[in-house]
Amino acid sequence: MSSTGETRTFGIGITEDDIFVQSQRLPVLPAPVATTGPIGWLRANLFSSPLNSVLTLVILGLLILVIPSVIRFLFIDAVWSGTDRDACLGGPNGEVGACWAFVRERLPYFIYGSYPIPQRWRVDLFFVMLAFGAGWLLWLDAPRRGLGAIYFFIIMPICAYVLLNGWPLIGLPSVDTSLWGGVLVTVVVTTVGMVASLPFGILLALGRRSSMPAVRILSIMFIEFVRGVPLITVLFMASVMLPLFVPPAWSPDKLLRALVGIALFSSAYMAEVVRAGLLAVPRGQYEAARALGLRFWRMQGLIVLPQALRITIPNIVNSFIALFKDTTLVFFVGIFDLLKTIEVARVDPKWATPVTSATGYAFAAVFYFVFCFLMTRYADRIEYRLARAERR
Amino acid sequence: MSFSEIRSTFRDMRRGGSAGKGSVMKPSIIVAAVLAALTLPAGAGTLDDVRARGMVICGANGQLPGFGLPDAQGNWTGFDVDYCRAYAATIFNDPTKVKFVALTAKDRFTALQSGDVDVLARNTTWTSSRETQLGLHATGPNYYDGQGFIVRKALKVNSALELSDASVCVQQGTTTELNLADYFRANRMKLKSVTFAQLDEALKAYDTGRCDAFTTDVSQLYSVRLKLAKPDDHVVLPEIISKEPLSPFVRQGDDQWFNIVRWVHFAMLNAEELNINKSNVDEQLKSENPEIKRLLGSEQNFGEQFGLTKDWAYRIVKLVGNYAEVFDRNLGVGSQLKITRGLNALWTKGGIQYGPPVR
Repeated sequence: MSSTGETRTFGIGITEDDIFVQSQRLPVLPAPVATTGPIGWLRANLFSSPLNSVLTLVILGLLILVIPSVIRFLFIDAVWSGTDRDACLGGPNGEVGACWAFVRERLPYFIYGSYPIPQRWRVDLFFVMLAFGAGWLLWLDAPRRGLGAIYFFIIMPICAYVLLNGWPLIGLPSVDTSLWGGVLVTVVVTTVGMVASLPFGILLALGRRSSMPAVRILSIMFIEFVRGVPLITVLFMASVMLPLFVPPAWSPDKLLRALVGIALFSSAYMAEVVRAGLLAVPRGQYEAARALGLRFWRMQGLIVLPQALRITIPNIVNSFIALFKDTTLVFFVGIFDLLKTIEVARVDPKWATPVTSATGYAFAAVFYFVFCFLMTRYADRIEYRLARAERR
Repeated sequence: MSFSEIRSTFRDMRRGGSAGKGSVMKPSIIVAAVLAALTLPAGAGTLDDVRARGMVICGANGQLPGFGLPDAQGNWTGFDVDYCRAYAATIFNDPTKVKFVALTAKDRFTALQSGDVDVLARNTTWTSSRETQLGLHATGPNYYDGQGFIVRKALKVNSALELSDASVCVQQGTTTELNLADYFRANRMKLKSVTFAQLDEALKAYDTGRCDAFTTDVSQLYSVRLKLAKPDDHVVLPEIISKEPLSPFVRQGDDQWFNIVRWVHFAMLNAEELNINKSNVDEQLKSENPEIKRLLGSEQNFGEQFGLTKDWAYRIVKLVGNYAEVFDRNLGVGSQLKITRGLNALWTKGGIQYGPPVR
């Protein structure tokens, strides 16, 4: 417009000549030093306010106080090899660190418990089958995941039972569950809790929202009763009281009792998680499904549950993590899970030293942390992936 | 009716006692039946159950060094564990035919009452209430335990009576704490106790020098001593200030089984007294000593009177060992614990372990 030479007016008494218009693009300057790079990151994340600065310094101080001694205990002063307690006693007045030689010698016991040594390949095979099934289900882009679910929820549990418990008919000698222990028991209890809690939890959640009064009331009673008592009570009930009321011939073995207790307990919690998901599915979805003429189970299976479960995956994983850690409570009813095997091994006179207990507990901490951390990372990734739909 | 009576009623009912059979019963009949079930001995004998099953189920402690503890291969070891193996040895001539059930202090009696285990060999103190209220019988102490003290050698204390004004580390809220206070008061000594919620904490405090002495049951003193930085700088004092007779337990109402469990222990004691051990038991079969002949079954048949075989005691000694061997292997000189026999020496050697004669 201005090329026409016509004088434009910008208001009362202001002409084009009074206004400075930058006609060239200015070079891009780097951002101020204080807002970018490491310094900027520090300012934004650690020293954004006086309070945050103080907190940062305090935490830094604590870390400096703690970390070197932890590293020193776990690695620098640690004893890596040896055959008995003498190795871990340290010099005349030298500080001695973690006694990893003890964990190394007891590692088979921590993994298999008292499972007969010639039969331990069966446990290894079980771990492989489990890892395979879990990988198939957890890897979202894996082929034929429907088949994977059948494998994980039906085929694998049966195979695992035959494999671990034994079936003399096909040449696998029976191994009494009182001999199972260590990581094996921790994994079995966790897996059974997970595999059982999901279907039962879904049924209970549907039952709780059912319009049939009997189903609804029974579901509510079960969920609220189980949620109202601590897991340890359920376990005590199962292991101490149950044998008093059923004939010895029917009395299931100790591990099975605990498994049932844990499965019931986790189902009730799972039911609440799933119910939250069901509530989050918009009403229109139900109505649309009915308008299409779908009956209850098809509506749930095809329309509602896929959406509800997708929403609740992070919460489901969260429940699984809690369950994984809760399995250590079987310790109190005399079942040799990982923590109990460590507890047993640490008092062994062969290895009893001032550092043996600390080493055993450090090992347990590392084990549980690694698995829980992997699970949380996985849940985060799933969450991110599912949120993509909403970001679009 | 006490809780334990109700429990034993349930046990009797499902063992095929008279109470459970009728389909519809009047309340009064049920009460009568329950009372009848209470007074009747349990149905089939434990020995028959054990034989039918092919193994002894033994309630054991899974984490007490020297008494019951799985080793690195997962095999059960310990003093009480060897008693379980001895029961299996005498019944089946095979010490491996035993299943161990790890029991906690809480569930050990229920497990025995409900029939989950045949015998409880789990460092359990013989007290009156356990026999009167729980419906159980102690078969006789296989280990006389009691509370003792450990002190630094540098302190140059030779007796617990010299501990006046000494500070003592002890676990809180246990009978150990009570016994300690009683002992000091009875001997007019001044007590400075330092209490901790956990045994390990109390031990740590003692090790770092917060107390002059540490107290718990002697059987444990020897194993916790190994957790100290320099075990050889500490000494266990000779005084025992409380009575903790540890005994195997069985259910009441089955005298045959009670006798077997009791006499396995006596057989081991008699074997030690007669100098019969694992390695010489075969030679001793030819001995002319009448006591040895009666014990090993080369003369007369006492085993059959228990419902066992003639060689019942031979099997125990051959497959498990005599009392001294079992003690030394698990608790004494052959173990890391190195507990002295003390009260558990034979009566002929200054102790109170005394095996009644087999005849």
